[in-house]
Amino acid sequence: MTTPLLAPAFRADGSKRPFLEVKDLRVHFPTADGLVKSVDGLSFELERGEILGIVGESGSGKSVTSLAILGLHKGSNAMVTGEIWLDGREIVAATEEEVRDLRGSEMGMIFQDPLSSLHPFYSVGTQISEAYLVHTKVSKKDAKAEAIRMLEKVGIPNAPNRYNDYPHQFSGGMRQRAMIAMALICQPQLLIADEPTTALDVTVQAQILELIKELHDELNSAVILITHDLGVVAETCDKVLVMYGGQCVEKGLVDDLFYAPEMPYTWGLLRSMPRMDRDRQTRLTPIPGSPPSLINVPSGCVFNTRCPFTDRVDGDKCRTVHPDLQQGATPGHEVRCHIPTAQRQEIWLTEISPNL
Amino acid sequence: MTNQTTAVSTPASTPRSEPLLSVRGVSKYFPGGSSGLLGRRGKPIKAVDGVSFSVEQGQTLGLVGESGCGKSTTGRVISKLLEPTSGEIRFNGRDIAGLKPREMRAYRSEIQMIFQDPFSSLNPRHTVGTIVGAPFRIQGVKPDHGIKAEVQSMMERVGLNPEHYNRYPHEFSGGQRQRIGIARALALRPKLIVCDEPVSALDVSVQAQVVNLLEDLQQEFGVAFVFIAHDLSVVRHIADRVAVMYLGKIMEIADRDTLYSEPLHPYTHALMSAVPVPDPRKERRRERILLTGDLPSPSNPPTGCVFHTRCQKFREELTDVQQDRCRTELPVLTEKTPGHEVYCHFPAPRAGLTDLLKTGVPA
Repeated sequence: MTTPLLAPAFRADGSKRPFLEVKDLRVHFPTADGLVKSVDGLSFELERGEILGIVGESGSGKSVTSLAILGLHKGSNAMVTGEIWLDGREIVAATEEEVRDLRGSEMGMIFQDPLSSLHPFYSVGTQISEAYLVHTKVSKKDAKAEAIRMLEKVGIPNAPNRYNDYPHQFSGGMRQRAMIAMALICQPQLLIADEPTTALDVTVQAQILELIKELHDELNSAVILITHDLGVVAETCDKVLVMYGGQCVEKGLVDDLFYAPEMPYTWGLLRSMPRMDRDRQTRLTPIPGSPPSLINVPSGCVFNTRCPFTDRVDGDKCRTVHPDLQQGATPGHEVRCHIPTAQRQEIWLTEISPNL
Repeated sequence: MTNQTTAVSTPASTPRSEPLLSVRGVSKYFPGGSSGLLGRRGKPIKAVDGVSFSVEQGQTLGLVGESGCGKSTTGRVISKLLEPTSGEIRFNGRDIAGLKPREMRAYRSEIQMIFQDPFSSLNPRHTVGTIVGAPFRIQGVKPDHGIKAEVQSMMERVGLNPEHYNRYPHEFSGGQRQRIGIARALALRPKLIVCDEPVSALDVSVQAQVVNLLEDLQQEFGVAFVFIAHDLSVVRHIADRVAVMYLGKIMEIADRDTLYSEPLHPYTHALMSAVPVPDPRKERRRERILLTGDLPSPSNPPTGCVFHTRCQKFREELTDVQQDRCRTELPVLTEKTPGHEVYCHFPAPRAGLTDLLKTGVPA
């Protein structure tokens, strides 16, 4: 044990690794119809204390990414390649046991549907204290006390009595709170929330997002918030990653993404939302067509089949050449698009932004 | 009444001023669960408790509220999928609340429904052609050029490829399936469609497509919608008039612009403040009214105003005397300005809420 434990926290070139680094992650599923490329070359970094929003339509690879970080594809037929470094440990190559150790203690997860993620046979309290018992050497009594403390913290009234209730006795919002208590009981440094509020009412959504923000401030954890709601991102996140067809098409700080987005897909998302904070439009502007097949991913740019701006690029480049993720107008803002940066900015300012 | 259908096809007897649908004091109570050894019936669950509203021909009424507020039950009572416990539902000049299922059949072609879940609302063993053609067969309607031609033109109208007539629901995406549901609802050219969260399960980009489609179809066929949704931004886009429901009652009802620019009920304020807007700077500055606690049980609603247990105004602004009134006295839906009705003892606009939402310029 004399080798310094810190060593893996540095890259080969001596630079320090961020808290979470995902490098060229690919998750492919072989199926009877062909190879489904759910995630295809995704890279991002996250430091502690930051909240990253991953946005995209269904089937864009958001959830598959989160499952890969949690090592939950192990034992399935998924083919996972690339690197995922969490706090100096690599997850893709790690064994199932190693990842199981990290899961729950170092990383916690909140799923979309709290009813199917909680076991109906066991009381809510038992399920929460179980997570604590597995990862810490404490007595059952202490684990129960800790679980009750967590339930109180997430705002379940009368927690000592509700400890023995079963999931069906909780309302949707309370179940989601219980899930959060379970995810956070070991104080994970990374919290992944996959559509944590999609099944909830706006009023409850506001409560849950507030709770996630509070707990994030308290534990200084890194948070990945997966959602399709740009409003939720604007409210909660520091950084945003937009996914389309299994690839990152744009990422940057939250202000970059909302005030100077450069990718036509991000424009499309912003345009198709009815907005309470603007004058009512007579008509919404949807993105035409539907998301691409992940088996026959379009050649060239993944978005070219639905992109209204392909005529702004010379020749047939959008259909033939796959664009790289390149820096946009500001450092840290990366965009996958053939249109030159200056022209993209102009389109945003003159054609998109005024019509939002 | 010798012939049910004549009443349907001759609305001439009704005065012109009468709205297409007029709901007066409609309630729907479900029997409470049995309790104790003797299995005595518990208190009834008041899912819908005395709601009144009307829908004009070709107009859209939005019904919003949290889950469990009774908005879906209201929709099902209007379309008579559920029998109302009491109240009057006047459709096209006739009270249909008490009609028996057989008598109701004549009206089925006039009131249709679109459901939230495009996966479970289509029979997986039927082709699209069978699904969209079912209303014709059930009602015994024979279109001029045959059912198939009619179904295919309907499919084309809602943006589906008519060549997919023989495909099964699983071969379509969520958005396309919702289009199938819309084609089925429109097949018999109804006068009213109850849309129960029709776009909630769809991605934003597809949601916009379906919302636009619904608006186009309304223009073209002059059909009225009762649009049930929890998303206030979508409802603002599509509805002409909006009713906010809470615990089986209407809290506030007004024309769309009035409701969104000058909401008077504290519950409407809370709902609006909770809608996230895609603008980070505004999000950081805006006031958020967090409702505490959960929805009370509809079998045992609070006394007085049903909302007082979660009302931020009740907690923070009212005097003890005023609070007593909220706790003991049942509010009545009262018209504050023409067409704007509020269920609250102390309705008032809330400063700062709507200006930020509407035109707040980023700092």
